[in-house]
Amino acid sequence: MGERPNLAATEIAAAVRAGERRAADVVDEHLAVIRERDGEIHAFLTLMDEHARSAAEGIDRRVAAGEDPGPLAGVPVALKDNLCTRGVPTTCSSRILEHWRPPYDATVVSRLVAAGAVPIGKTNLDEFAMGSSTENSAFGPTRNPHDTGRVPGGSSGGSAAAVAAGFAPLGLGSDTGGSIRQPAGLCGVVGVKPTYGMVSRYGLVAFASSLDQIGPLAPTVADAAALLEVIAGHDPLDSTSIPGPAPALRASLDQGVDGLRVGVITELLGEGIAPDVRARVEAAADALAAAGAKVEEASVPAVGFGLSAYYLIAPAEASSNLARYDGVRYGLRVEAPTTGAMNVATRTAGFGPEVKRRIMMGSFVLSSGYYDAYYGKAQKVRTLIIRDFAAAYETFDLLVCPTTPTTAFPLGAKVSDPLAMYLSDVCTIPSNLSGDPAISVPFGRGDDGLPVGVQVLAPALGEAPMFRAAAVLEHAMAGAAGEGPSR
Amino acid sequence: MGAMGGRISRDDVAYVAGLARLELSEDELELFTGQLAAVLDHAADVEALDTEGVVPTAHPLPLVNVLRDDVVRPGLDRDEILGAAPAVEEQRFRVPPVLGELP
Repeated sequence: MGERPNLAATEIAAAVRAGERRAADVVDEHLAVIRERDGEIHAFLTLMDEHARSAAEGIDRRVAAGEDPGPLAGVPVALKDNLCTRGVPTTCSSRILEHWRPPYDATVVSRLVAAGAVPIGKTNLDEFAMGSSTENSAFGPTRNPHDTGRVPGGSSGGSAAAVAAGFAPLGLGSDTGGSIRQPAGLCGVVGVKPTYGMVSRYGLVAFASSLDQIGPLAPTVADAAALLEVIAGHDPLDSTSIPGPAPALRASLDQGVDGLRVGVITELLGEGIAPDVRARVEAAADALAAAGAKVEEASVPAVGFGLSAYYLIAPAEASSNLARYDGVRYGLRVEAPTTGAMNVATRTAGFGPEVKRRIMMGSFVLSSGYYDAYYGKAQKVRTLIIRDFAAAYETFDLLVCPTTPTTAFPLGAKVSDPLAMYLSDVCTIPSNLSGDPAISVPFGRGDDGLPVGVQVLAPALGEAPMFRAAAVLEHAMAGAAGEGPSR
Repeated sequence: MGAMGGRISRDDVAYVAGLARLELSEDELELFTGQLAAVLDHAADVEALDTEGVVPTAHPLPLVNVLRDDVVRPGLDRDEILGAAPAVEEQRFRVPPVLGELP
């Protein structure tokens, strides 16, 4: 992995604001790295090189004029291609939106630009964010920068790979069942799913609206915190946005975990979790204890049923959300003699197999006669998961578990077995069902030498202590390796 | 199919594909029936949980009736919106006949 323009996002921003580096040079350096290696990785679907250069020159002019372009001045950001960018293709990795250019920017994009960040390109994902390997893309898979024979995880695999490969210091993803944290874990970067409602979903193409949340991917915990501070906070354009300002995270980042009560979720350390992953989670628990946290086993019994509830609830919401792709107002149209036939021809040609499977699963569990048995039951299980987390948080401030059951798996290993693919989200899904925040931090490597992620979970709006614990783990790894945090 | 008894059948999948406005080939019907059945079989483990009297959760936030001030704001640009449409006539989205076949 070596030769990258290897400064942290916050260091780049400080240098640009001080006039010590030109934003245009920062962008050019990153574009050079992308051109050199993205043919192999395929993290990007669309490069915004012209936009990025012109935005960077604007930032340099503002610095020269004595203005402050903002906390992320000149920092390139890789955007998952389900985040709307005005006039720039936003495909969701789907044929049905292949040529669509949104008429507006997502709120997170506007906020990034207002903070001086520079969108540098749109990254690959599983079609409509449905998948765990970025292989369900109509435009070909992304490869893991640590081993190009392996998947980067998904669905935000393009953004995770872009950050891991040094194509961009920061990335944005979306997380419906683990789609930020799982690829972060498999690519060895930090990934955050904030509290549901903390980050506006305006301009995020909807998959499962009660679960979707946008969040950061970054090489370090501090950079992830800086990015979240910029994108979080109430947005009147999203009715599910939590009232209130963005949390201050960086100010308390180095305050440690002394005295915090941390529970290791026993239900997510047993069957199905690889021994080398389990060993890293235990090492993380030891590191937190060494830093003064009170670490014990925690039981959250219903999390074991999260996967089942999720694969009933998420497809149900998806089947409703994806009904809008009808060939009428935007996107693909396959002509046919009547509107009904045109709808069918368009959807049949435009959606890939995983999207079709989920739409059908959702339509089935919502259909007359099955609604109570499947969707209704799953919603009650969701309540039980929320209750069990609430009970655990009476005893603990934070919880710890693996991000993924294994390290990155080979391309093609799970494509023909959807259930096996779904099982790779078993540790991340519960946080989406509860709406609580979670962060994945790289914490060493598995027996195969590939990155292992450890998750820290917190109750709703508990981002500040969650980031502190993540920083302690990052620091422990840096100490163990005798070097800075792996970028 | 009782609670989550019997398996999803090929006919169920064909019926659902119609509801979802998707056309499946014979091979796809076969493949998807098996794959959906496997996922539903796995999901049947939730039957073991006692959910008697448990209130269903549709959404993680307790927000209801989120309102904003009733003030005029700029909307999206009409030409830009229509420019993204597959077919347009007289500043409207143009579609094939909704009922029946072409005259």
